[in-house]
Amino acid sequence: MAASPVAIIAALVVIGLILGPVAALLGLGGDLPAPGPAEWLALRFTLLQAALSASLSVALAIPTARALARRRFAGRRLLITLLGAPFILPTIVAILGLLAVFGQNGALNAALAPLGWRLNIYGLHGVVLAHVFFNLPLATRMILQGWLAIPGERLRLAAGMDLSPAMVMRTLEVPMLARVVPGALAVIFVICLSSFAVALTLGGGPRATTLELAIYQALRFDFDVARAITVALMQLGLAMAAGAVSLAFARGAGFGAGLDRTVPRWDAASPWLRAQDAACIAAAALFLLAPLAMIAAKGAGTLAAQDPTLWRAAAHSLIVATVSTALTLAWALALANRAGEWVALAGIALSPLVLGMGLFLILRPFVSPLAVALPVTALANALAALPFAVRILRPEAQTVREDYARLAQALNLSPAVWLRRVLLPRLRRPLGFAAGLTAALSMGDLGVIALFADPDRATLPLYVYRLMGAYRMDEAAGAALFLLLLCLGLFWLLDRGGRTDADA
Amino acid sequence: MLTLEGLRYTDGAFMLRADLTVPAGRRVAVIGPSGAGKSTLLDLIAGFRTPDAGKVRIAGQDVTALPPGQRPVAMLFQDNNLFPHLTLAQNLALALRPRGGRPDAAERARIVAVLAQVGLKGMEARRPGSLSGGQQSRAALARLILQARPLILLDEPFAALGPALRAEMAGLMRQAVDAAGATALMVTHDMADARAFADDAILVAEGMAHPPVALEPLLKDPPPALRAYLGG
Repeated sequence: MAASPVAIIAALVVIGLILGPVAALLGLGGDLPAPGPAEWLALRFTLLQAALSASLSVALAIPTARALARRRFAGRRLLITLLGAPFILPTIVAILGLLAVFGQNGALNAALAPLGWRLNIYGLHGVVLAHVFFNLPLATRMILQGWLAIPGERLRLAAGMDLSPAMVMRTLEVPMLARVVPGALAVIFVICLSSFAVALTLGGGPRATTLELAIYQALRFDFDVARAITVALMQLGLAMAAGAVSLAFARGAGFGAGLDRTVPRWDAASPWLRAQDAACIAAAALFLLAPLAMIAAKGAGTLAAQDPTLWRAAAHSLIVATVSTALTLAWALALANRAGEWVALAGIALSPLVLGMGLFLILRPFVSPLAVALPVTALANALAALPFAVRILRPEAQTVREDYARLAQALNLSPAVWLRRVLLPRLRRPLGFAAGLTAALSMGDLGVIALFADPDRATLPLYVYRLMGAYRMDEAAGAALFLLLLCLGLFWLLDRGGRTDADA
Repeated sequence: MLTLEGLRYTDGAFMLRADLTVPAGRRVAVIGPSGAGKSTLLDLIAGFRTPDAGKVRIAGQDVTALPPGQRPVAMLFQDNNLFPHLTLAQNLALALRPRGGRPDAAERARIVAVLAQVGLKGMEARRPGSLSGGQQSRAALARLILQARPLILLDEPFAALGPALRAEMAGLMRQAVDAAGATALMVTHDMADARAFADDAILVAEGMAHPPVALEPLLKDPPPALRAYLGG
């Protein structure tokens, strides 16, 4: 339709928002210090934790995905749905949950105390543990997709030839894994490279600092803008290199459509394999659900007894989520075409803290960065969610155009009428889903806000983080539960809104 | 009424030429082998495709450079003639007011009357998905009648219907076109449909849209290209 000028403007705005901060980093820095030992250490740690997180997530995902692929059991569908949940789970909530299980005073240490053992979650292994918690579900879904893509005819053929489980593995499953695993490794590696909130809470110190965290520390603690820029440029270079590598493996994990079926298997009926699969599924479910259950249990008690500042933080978060959702949807509608998808994807190359650092430099001469903390957060969150929103909207928007653009032209519909009466109503479902994802992501984000915020302008995730920092863990659990409920509630409400009455 | 002057259209190896005139008020079947360019011809007249050379004139006006919605043409496609999420009344209101706005009382009365005319009395609030195939065709016909354009283009509009319904719709369509005093071109593969609707025929074959001739004699004594297509 006649939307092309709108699409071009939208694309230019997105590109400007990506290139502007990069130009600011490159141009406004003046004389930059060369990276010192601390920065090289941060680079090393960033790469090391990302490599470990990716390999562990994938290694654990393989048996889990195989068990899910070949077993039918009550709750299987629910479990697969839950595997998608970490995507909208606020990082800070998951971290509190992991602390409740694996932390100093966590459930596991309480159980191990009589044996004289003691776990310490802080440091490299804690960071990797949290990343595995977030990415094991993603890896499981990607690999499960690979398993379900093995044609049923081949499995029938294997059964007809009476191949042993080991031979089925060698002839069918290993080749499939060789195709799927590199992509899963690359995606998770890239995600973990720009880890901030996890490193902020479970890492820290010279031995466990990611580059993202180093930007924050240089700016917030050392007030050393020049060094923050140096680190931001290192992170930018790393992200671009990693982005180029991962494009080579670019195969989307999708959003889980069609993972509902099981592949009929004749080779996996032995009691030993049954027990093995049951153990895998139980262990994965326990690992993923126990931390959330702990938050729910601990938070329920303190949910009602919160400080009034919680409500202010929650209101800030709701406003930020609303603004970024509106921005993302408007952009995504304009960019819902093939070229737009590339533009939106470019935003991923910019990690939130690098974007925040760039915007900080641009805004500093005009306003106090603290005063614009919330608008900048909303903008950064909108850009971060844009690739997902475009990916959700594009296929359906294309279908609507293919089906009805001719009719609209024949009727001489104006662009406004086409948008209001045809495109928006036809896109209700994907719009609702995209809005739900964006709102939940924005609501739970703990990134740029940490860089800018003062105590008066905290969002809810930052508020939870501050309670944690003050060792008010019970209150933190209550606030985290509230945050979790808000995120899930927003997602449910918006996604649901797109589904009701979306007939024909 | 409709004049195609030295029209030439190419798309890769595909090529279509047309040099013809359709007098006002004629009902013309567009027939010929698959892939010869029948739908392409309609697209050129409606403005969905742009010719490499030549002119399209409708009622004396050169419309070659006009976009589809600004030509005095109403068109029915093979499918997607109605928006599935809108009621019949909303679909028809959109045809009357493509720039938006609510239909006034007179327009609402016309919508009700036209729906009754095509046999869909009282179905204003229904959505296309809740109608049978025949009823959907009738609703699309109601849109054509409301649009009241002097030239009507039909691109295999009954392709999804069974034989009895097709004959019925061809008859309804013929009445509607005659009542409006419009000129109409209909692409069809079915000679029964062609006979039920049209008096004349444009044969599209071997890269050429031939000037209209009387339908019956053409079918009785078909030229070789048409004979091969009709099969015996």
